[in-house]
Amino acid sequence: MIEVSSLSKRYGNHLAVDNVSFSIQKGEVVGFLGPNGAGKSTIMNIMTGYLSLTAGSVSIDGFDVVEQPEEAKKRIGYLPELPPLYTDMTVREYLYFMCDLKKVRFPKKPHVEEIVKLVKIENVFDRLIKNLSKGYRQRVGIAQALIGNPDLLILDEPTVGLDPKQIIEIRNLIARLGKNHTVILSSHILSEIQEVCERIIIINKGKIIADDTPDNLSKNLSKDHSLALRVMGTEAELQKILASVPGIKALTSLGVKEKGSVDFIIEPKPGFDIRAAVSERLAERKKTLLSLHSNEMTLEQIFLRLTEAADNGTLYFEEKAELADMPKISFDLDMGVATLEEETSAEENNEEE
Amino acid sequence: MSAIFKREFRSYFTSPLGYVYLAIFLFFEGMYFSALFGYGMPNVEVIFGSVSTVVVIVTPVLTMRLLSEDRRQKVDQALLTAPVSVTGIVMGKMLAAFAVYALAFAPTFLFQLIVTFLASVNWLVYLNALLGALLIGAALISIGMFISSLTESPIISCILTLISFLLLLVLPNLASLTGVSWIQAAAQKIAFISLFASFSESVFHIVDVIYLLSVAAVFVFLSVRAVEKRRWA
Repeated sequence: MIEVSSLSKRYGNHLAVDNVSFSIQKGEVVGFLGPNGAGKSTIMNIMTGYLSLTAGSVSIDGFDVVEQPEEAKKRIGYLPELPPLYTDMTVREYLYFMCDLKKVRFPKKPHVEEIVKLVKIENVFDRLIKNLSKGYRQRVGIAQALIGNPDLLILDEPTVGLDPKQIIEIRNLIARLGKNHTVILSSHILSEIQEVCERIIIINKGKIIADDTPDNLSKNLSKDHSLALRVMGTEAELQKILASVPGIKALTSLGVKEKGSVDFIIEPKPGFDIRAAVSERLAERKKTLLSLHSNEMTLEQIFLRLTEAADNGTLYFEEKAELADMPKISFDLDMGVATLEEETSAEENNEEE
Repeated sequence: MSAIFKREFRSYFTSPLGYVYLAIFLFFEGMYFSALFGYGMPNVEVIFGSVSTVVVIVTPVLTMRLLSEDRRQKVDQALLTAPVSVTGIVMGKMLAAFAVYALAFAPTFLFQLIVTFLASVNWLVYLNALLGALLIGAALISIGMFISSLTESPIISCILTLISFLLLLVLPNLASLTGVSWIQAAAQKIAFISLFASFSESVFHIVDVIYLLSVAAVFVFLSVRAVEKRRWA
């Protein structure tokens, strides 16, 4: 659907986009994530043909945006950062105007009515756009992007400036649209991207620093799989008990967070699953375990870590490679598959009985 | 192109701008016509020469928003990412302004009809003057549109356009100060607003027609380049 290869954009001496390559398949919902000024909007503006590119190429459905811009643009619905609205028109006039502008061939009336219903702007349909609130303007902007039924939707920060209820509504709308469109959206709000997108491309200072699913990102980056636990007792005695559990690499006390208990972070040696051991040892000593969960990184932490790492010159891909070198995590693939298969067939047998 | 033309043309009449523009012309054309009528002169074409100053002063208002306003409100993103060429966008806008300008001369057609019933008139003379006014208008509107493509502010665009139109108007006078004959001759040629008078004096030179059309074409082209250039900046 989309092929971006070694795309660069230079503004004078400033390199806004630096050798970016990625491809997006039909039907994917992809999130661009990055701090303000990372180059998200610039990449989107280039993909939609609003800005030119300095080097590289972008093709939409096989049509190069520079060589065959009209064919490429026909396939894209774009919501820029600021919805491009003519404030002196009513919503109705504006949407029909966009139909004409995008050369919609099929009957306009049912098409516009369907979109209006989808984004829930029926009640402002005949009002002047200048009198609409930010949330409604944003929705008219999305409606405008949907006109002409483009296969690809590019939404630049679609929920910015909306109230929490509207954010949830727009998010649901995007999730619904994702079922039969390819969607690219950008945001600097991580939870939003995590909720809606199947794939995240993290951009910082014009470079892609990570490109993976949300799950993989958090899994690969929290390679230590440390545990967070809360146990009833005093710090000194608990520290002694926990230190005696085999397979612990580091033990950090976080102090008292709830009266009568202490919080700890345990970092296991690579490859060790110490959850059972920890719980058993505590039970032996009659200590009550209040909570135990794996301390996986949240997207926020990942994001901070990646952007910081990129600033220091290491990329996510390199971290991933580093991971593969670690002894305990690389395992015999054939064996893994074999055991998995055995397990599933055993389960099936159980079910039959 | 037609979508943009329709929208732009309508936008002149969703604000007072279009009405005011037309009203000003109706006022001056009506005034000159009633004067002509009072003297018993059946020469409607004289009106065109007389309103040339009005054209120069109020037409910048027509072109000031053409390409600047969209950019200020970021609506240009919708236009430039739609499957239309930049030339189509620019031409649609130019023609919308031109249509309002042409409407401003509609009253003269009515005057000519009235006079036809009362005296013997030469329609060719009238049509020649009308053609001249339209061609000069096309050239002026293209220049104004080009200026509006250089700025995001309609006010700056309006003022710069007014200054350039006034310069075009007084260029021959300025040139005569130099006392150099070839400069004076060149200024006379460049200052095409004076053609209002020659067209209304029933002079028809194909050279003038081609000249005005070329000016319009060059500035439409420059406007397209100015919009394109911003994409490459």
